[in-house]
Amino acid sequence: MHIAEGFLPPAHAVAWGVASAPFVVHGVRSLTREVREHPESTLLLGASGAFTFVLSALKLPSVTGSCSHPTGTGLGAILFRPPAMAVLGTITLLFQALLLAHGGLTTLGANVFSMAIAGPWAGYTVYRLLRRYDVPLMVAVFSAAFVADLSTYCVTSVQLALAFPDPGSGFLGALGKFGSIFAITQVPLAVSEGLLTVLVMRLLVQSSKGELTRLGVLLAEKQSRTETEAVTR
Amino acid sequence: MRKNTRINLLLLLAVAALAVLPLALGLGDHKKEPFTGSDGEAETAITEIEPDYKPWFSPLYEPPSGEIESALFSLQAALGAGVLAYYFGLRRGRRQGERRALEGATGNPAPGSAEESTAERS
Repeated sequence: MHIAEGFLPPAHAVAWGVASAPFVVHGVRSLTREVREHPESTLLLGASGAFTFVLSALKLPSVTGSCSHPTGTGLGAILFRPPAMAVLGTITLLFQALLLAHGGLTTLGANVFSMAIAGPWAGYTVYRLLRRYDVPLMVAVFSAAFVADLSTYCVTSVQLALAFPDPGSGFLGALGKFGSIFAITQVPLAVSEGLLTVLVMRLLVQSSKGELTRLGVLLAEKQSRTETEAVTR
Repeated sequence: MRKNTRINLLLLLAVAALAVLPLALGLGDHKKEPFTGSDGEAETAITEIEPDYKPWFSPLYEPPSGEIESALFSLQAALGAGVLAYYFGLRRGRRQGERRALEGATGNPAPGSAEESTAERS
């Protein structure tokens, strides 16, 4: 769940907007380059955005007795790197802020920072690390999606604790408060998101081998393919 | 292939179970209003910490009722699901078409490697 409209003091709202803007601008550039150089990836890009759309519309009950929704940003971060998700996540957040009164325009910068920047980068980092140590693809995909989802809401908790430190216990006290609302609620949802991302990745491995190879998700295959290509040439 | 489908179904089942369990176990029973949004709870926490805080901006458009809001949320999910379904349907159709074209050209079932290289070229 995102920070509601008007619930960040103006200075914080502006600061998070300034922090997010360069990531989104860079994301737009890298996305247009990707589409220009590889027009065939447009469809898969659309599918990654669609995945974020579906998951962030699913409000699910959680162990804390409240509801929240996953983010769906891990998949796109693995496939197209985090800058692409800075754009796709921002589009999703704009849709929800404008039509659903969910999140908001004044808190857009902060919400973009948590969901479209911090989450994807955290998930992508975990994915790359695990892949470097030859962890199986689906384990890495699950971990990346789990971390992208959970870290988004940890960042949201930090953002709110920075804006509203507890009068008695200060920043840490407020962080505990917001963390118990957002982060703990999110743990089972992050597991769900991990499982759903694994499901979609399995379907992609079945249906889009060529695409995944070009994007570097299926590495071993890439080597064998370049070998066979060299032979046929 | 059949084993694949079974694993995919198990994944979906696990997600469904994770969503249903908190409801079935009554984990929201200790609350006055069970299963509200965590963003609303955060708003309450903010007013607890700073009772004087007033939101300084309100949404430009607010769905007039809970029904309209859930309709718009469903619209969001449906749009996303539609695009995903289009993607996988298109891929499946393309693969089938390629396989058929190959079978027609060579007269016998195409080996896996040839099928893959055409998939890459397309």
